[in-house]
Amino acid sequence: MILGMTTKQTVERAIGMGALVLVAIGPALFDDYWLGFILTQTFLIGIAAASLIFLSAYGGMVSLAQVALYGIAGFTLGNMVTTEGKGLHLGWDPWLGVVLAIAITTFIGFVLGAVASRSAGIYFLMITLTYAVIANYFFGQVTVVSGFSGISGIDLRAPGFVGADEESPVRLYYVALVVAVLVYLLIRFVLRTPFGLSLQGVRDEPVRMASLGYTVPMHRTLAFTFAAFIASLAGVLYVWWNGQIDPATIGLQGTIDLLIVAVIGGLGRIEGAWLGAFVFIVINNYVRDSWLTRFLDDVGIGGSFNTIIGVIFLVIVIVSPDGLMGAWGRFTGVFRRRGGGTEPPSEAAVEGIGRT
Amino acid sequence: MTLHRPLQIASRVAVFGGIAFVLLYVLVIADPSPEVGGNWRTTNFGSALDDWQSFTRTLLNGLTFAGLLFIVASGFSLIFGLMRVVNMAHGSFYLLGGYVAYEVQQEMTGEGFSIASIEVSTWEWVLPALVAAVTIGIVGLLVQQVFLRWNQGQELRQAMITIAISVIIADQIIAHFNDGIAASMTWPGWTDRLIELPLLGIDYSLTRLLVLFLGVAVGVALWAWLYRTRTGMVIRAGVDDRQMTSALGINIQLVFALAFVIGSVLAAFGGVVGASQGAVASGQDGQWLLNSLVVVIIGGMGSLLGAAAGSLLYGLVFSFSAVYLPTTGDNCCTQYSIIVTFVLLALVLAFRPQGLFGRAG
Repeated sequence: MILGMTTKQTVERAIGMGALVLVAIGPALFDDYWLGFILTQTFLIGIAAASLIFLSAYGGMVSLAQVALYGIAGFTLGNMVTTEGKGLHLGWDPWLGVVLAIAITTFIGFVLGAVASRSAGIYFLMITLTYAVIANYFFGQVTVVSGFSGISGIDLRAPGFVGADEESPVRLYYVALVVAVLVYLLIRFVLRTPFGLSLQGVRDEPVRMASLGYTVPMHRTLAFTFAAFIASLAGVLYVWWNGQIDPATIGLQGTIDLLIVAVIGGLGRIEGAWLGAFVFIVINNYVRDSWLTRFLDDVGIGGSFNTIIGVIFLVIVIVSPDGLMGAWGRFTGVFRRRGGGTEPPSEAAVEGIGRT
Repeated sequence: MTLHRPLQIASRVAVFGGIAFVLLYVLVIADPSPEVGGNWRTTNFGSALDDWQSFTRTLLNGLTFAGLLFIVASGFSLIFGLMRVVNMAHGSFYLLGGYVAYEVQQEMTGEGFSIASIEVSTWEWVLPALVAAVTIGIVGLLVQQVFLRWNQGQELRQAMITIAISVIIADQIIAHFNDGIAASMTWPGWTDRLIELPLLGIDYSLTRLLVLFLGVAVGVALWAWLYRTRTGMVIRAGVDDRQMTSALGINIQLVFALAFVIGSVLAAFGGVVGASQGAVASGQDGQWLLNSLVVVIIGGMGSLLGAAAGSLLYGLVFSFSAVYLPTTGDNCCTQYSIIVTFVLLALVLAFRPQGLFGRAG
């Protein structure tokens, strides 16, 4: 046991480091499909989910705009770097494109956050949902920047270290992994800064924080801006990985899917983002056309992956609203009580969406 | 207010100036399209002075769309106002209602994919609408009793639960109703014609006027129910103070269930009207959830008057921006009409976060 840590923390560190070592030597262990499809996607979807969980766990705001924001980053990058096809195809330098895509998305996040920051809870959820749907319509309707069929060939214009050859899936795998780890560390760091601490104060006691002289809307706006920055990283990785982005990617379905990812993982802890992404993607790949969907057809219920994931989502929200990470927390809590210890102070907002 | 006084005045001036400019633009500034070229004043029909009939038609289109918006959004608003439940499955209820009515009408008329309106009697439209309303009312009751009754007050959790239900319903619709392909109801034969409007001097579709009429009828019925009956009084008391109402010995759970059923029925009825006016298709659930959200965010949560005002504003802005934005080039600017909706929303949120007729807090 490391000094100053509980058994639970030690166990979690061990699991986390083990998983990290495992994926770090990933190319030696997994086949191309797992490496290039499932794990790379887990890393980048996890980053987007982490931005959602950060807002929910530490800002008390469940945002449905994260997919829209990563879409904005993807579309911006696509418009700037591609040389032909749909969109503006400006053909700029890939690096310039990346920097601008992230900067523009972060700025848009600031503006959207400023508008939404005066509301919280359920109102915030609704306003960010309208952002999501409006972004989807915008890219669908405005043919100058995208139009219905979207922008393709973005992977061909990725910077050299990702490249576009047969080795690039492995390189992108490592890029996504490194970015995911950095995002995780960055969020942990931000939470310990004075801003992060006062943000958690705003989450729990907005009125009290306001009377102490903190600007509540400004904290919410900045948190949303930071989350938009993280989501934009996921968006850039997504278009390098997928090569193509269209309005359907950031439609309601995608928005809900990211929420499901975050809820499966757990809205209370950042780690849940990658756990949820992994579980969602594996279910998505292996339950489609499996014995389960055939069974549903046989008993006359019918439906596809979405019915199954919808039921899983429903069960998690009902049984364990703080997701798998919350279930893990309760499991270890039971373990500890048996050992005669006392319940530790709750980790920040583990109660998550169970809170009223 | 967080804004300082001069800044506040300046922003007020900017907003009201902007609104005045938009009104002037539509009424007098806009020009009809010339043979070639065009500038910022060029629109499809020019201003109201240039083409009075197109203006009237656009206005009526906006009003009739507002009628449909109101039918759907008032149900959403009723449920939210009383129970603080954001029913994310409201769009799914809309879609399900449309499909159920479509199936029943197909069954009744015994026709294939499309039915000539001349062969549809009033009864063959009303019965499918009733079946859809009752079916979705029962679905709504089940959802409320099984999934929403035991976790009252946990707003986000309830929203998540209804999101999960909407995911399941969307997939089940594809599995069981017409593969989720667009399906149209047919209006009764006698409504399918143009009528000449007195004074305005234009021909206008009777079915569109019927939609407007239905919207107004739903509004009047809801008003009478909420403000002229005992149940309505209890519901309004529940909106104001849930605990006090139930402390007075009123069975608030019964009222909740009733309001949820009525809200669901309104979504379904909206779906029937929407399916008759255009079509229902898989994917529209999200669109109608958004429409309901925009209307109640603009108008104010849980207010009947707010739902009406929000529907009107949204309907008119939607209809006018599609026609009266400048058309100076191939790609400009009517495709940006979606942004106008967003500007409307952002303005309301910035100046009245609780909505036009919502109460603060």
